[in-house]
Amino acid sequence: MVNGEEHEGNWILRNGRVLDPERGLDKVCDVLVLGGRLVDISPHFDLPSDRLSEIKEIDAAGKWVVPAFVDMHVHLREPGEEYKETIETGTRAAVAGGYAAVACMPNTRPVNDCAAVTEFILDRARTRGSCHVCPVGAITSGLKGENLSEFGELRDSGAVAVSDDGRPVMSSMMMRRALEYAKTFGLLVISHAEDLALSAGGLMNEGPISTLLGLRGIPAAAEEIMIARDLILAETTGCRLHVAHVSTEGSVRLIREARKRGIPVTAETAPHYFTLTDDLLMTFDTVYKVNPPIRTSRDVQAIREGLADGTIDAIATDHAPHSAVEKDTEFEYAANGIIGLESALPLILALVREGILSPLDAMAKVSCNPSRILGVPFGRFRTGAAACVTIVDPDISYVLDADSFFSKSRNCPFHGHTMQGQVVMTFVDGKLAFSRI
Amino acid sequence: MSFKRKDLLGIRDLEVDEIEHILEMAASLKEINTRTIKKVPTLRGKTVIHLFYEPSTRTRTSFDIAAKRLSADTYSITASASSLVKGETLLDTLKNLEAMKPDIFVIRHTASGTPHRMARHTSASVINAGDGMHEHPSQALLDMMTILEHKKRLEGLNVLIVGDITHSRVARSNIWGLGKMGAKVILCGPKTLIPPEIESLGVQVCYRVEEAIADADVIMVLRLQKERQQQMLLPSLREYSIYYGINRERLGKAKQDVLIMHPGPMNRGVEISPDVADGPHSVILDQVTNGVAVRMALLYLLGQK
Ligand SMILES: [Zn+2]
Repeated sequence: MVNGEEHEGNWILRNGRVLDPERGLDKVCDVLVLGGRLVDISPHFDLPSDRLSEIKEIDAAGKWVVPAFVDMHVHLREPGEEYKETIETGTRAAVAGGYAAVACMPNTRPVNDCAAVTEFILDRARTRGSCHVCPVGAITSGLKGENLSEFGELRDSGAVAVSDDGRPVMSSMMMRRALEYAKTFGLLVISHAEDLALSAGGLMNEGPISTLLGLRGIPAAAEEIMIARDLILAETTGCRLHVAHVSTEGSVRLIREARKRGIPVTAETAPHYFTLTDDLLMTFDTVYKVNPPIRTSRDVQAIREGLADGTIDAIATDHAPHSAVEKDTEFEYAANGIIGLESALPLILALVREGILSPLDAMAKVSCNPSRILGVPFGRFRTGAAACVTIVDPDISYVLDADSFFSKSRNCPFHGHTMQGQVVMTFVDGKLAFSRI
Repeated sequence: MSFKRKDLLGIRDLEVDEIEHILEMAASLKEINTRTIKKVPTLRGKTVIHLFYEPSTRTRTSFDIAAKRLSADTYSITASASSLVKGETLLDTLKNLEAMKPDIFVIRHTASGTPHRMARHTSASVINAGDGMHEHPSQALLDMMTILEHKKRLEGLNVLIVGDITHSRVARSNIWGLGKMGAKVILCGPKTLIPPEIESLGVQVCYRVEEAIADADVIMVLRLQKERQQQMLLPSLREYSIYYGINRERLGKAKQDVLIMHPGPMNRGVEISPDVADGPHSVILDQVTNGVAVRMALLYLLGQK
């Protein structure tokens, strides 16, 4: 299939179904990459025979050729918790999942609340990473909720957004100031919406199952009240807001209504929120313990509707690696989190098979939409730009084996599930970063 | 019938005939406790380890007496469950103890689901002696045994459970057990202490104890923990006692033959007044006596393998 290694960055991907959601292209085409840059997409390229030896030809017939994915919400755990994940292993997991760029949340140790940590992350990504890493800075220093971080320096050192992920901003005044100050520097504010007083001690979704299991519940209201607050603040200040990991029916309704009224809000959800329901916790299996928690079938249905009608712009993984030390323990003491980089694609393709999303819409949720929200130059096919391309086999059926993951962690609830659809190859800046062949 | 389970983890997954079998076994073993020599050789050579990650004197003592009356060798380990106390994990403790070849673990833990997890990791039998707010199967069984002794039936009875349902594993196990056996369960307490959507378990909820008391054949009074006040669940123990405390005056509206039960330990003067606790309707000490018989039955049935 591949003609040789001597001409790095020259590829022709033949006869794939090319999907470019940004321009609505869905057509069987060839994609030509020369010198690592996208030259053109065309129904057929005739290459002069003298150049054939310089260009590696890949038969993509029956496959999808799409802009490599962008995950706007991951935890890479470096610096500080390298036993769970590193920038090196996390980005290898990313390219294996078809991603060319990931936005990493600031709840590392130390917290990414200053230029020095942002620069460290970017430096690690350059020297050891397999894909682009877009750091997200902390809204407040140390995520303590007391002082705003230095957004200007964060931005200038390469942060693409600020967030309170992992430790929500409880003060409405602090959130208001964060939205306003972020606007000064053109930074996006990503909200982890959780009223900590309402969710205190909570271990799973509040409802009949938490009642039955005697596990303290996290009510949907803990998420919805904070989304409502943040939407009102976004309206008050006219500042842009992005809501992370939407998990409830009420959240979808609030965001849908806010968008209708022109409030500048975008939203993401994660595959587990449109796939899993809280009755899975009946076995007390800590692999299902995540925050926000896995909700009910009603919520799953509402999330799917929110994805279908565009209320939810993006699908992120909230890739949250934990080791057995945090997970193989009493349910009450187990850490929250699910890894997602290497299992997201087949779960998204399931939405396509079920008719909830068109192939173009599904790909938009993991490419041009998150990159537009973050303001990063990935997730789209642009002539002349460094080529980030993913080849997907949408039909292949297989049993997902978390032990084969590149991630250091194994906290994947889909291990052992039969999946359909797999990433075959991922190109990052014209280089083959991952290949299953 | 024979009892085929490796573990006894909760009432929710028991069949009706299994519950009947345990209760019959307990009734027949109870007689041993009245002999001058209160010991039979049934479990001679068997090892029972009590693994308690929550302070409990009475349940542990009850299990220990039950095991010893069946001639099992018993060992007790008590530890703190706090996640902040770093050291050996619970699983490591279990694996180490298992290497010493015990036959039965009796496990109590503050975290719901822990005995279930332990049971998956050991070939020994596991008896759940209370896990978090989830289940306390031996308590529900001894409660059912006590009701049966006095009422000769469970089916068709109205059982009123009063108090802090949210935090009560006793309430949950009784809801399952009594429901399976055909009794009607009514829960009563302030809404702050009733868990959301509890009706989905097939019970009724009532906020006024006076309303529920008249039809009750049995009133189970739950212990109210003092810290509920700090958790924004109650303004004061005083007000709780005024509206939900079971006292002689309230009992005046109840049936003549109503039974008063309490899983202990009691807060006299809070959820139950001393005259009711010690009064003619009280079967609270019968519960304690039957606790030993029920636990003998469980150890006997699981120890046969
Ligand atoms: Zn979060």
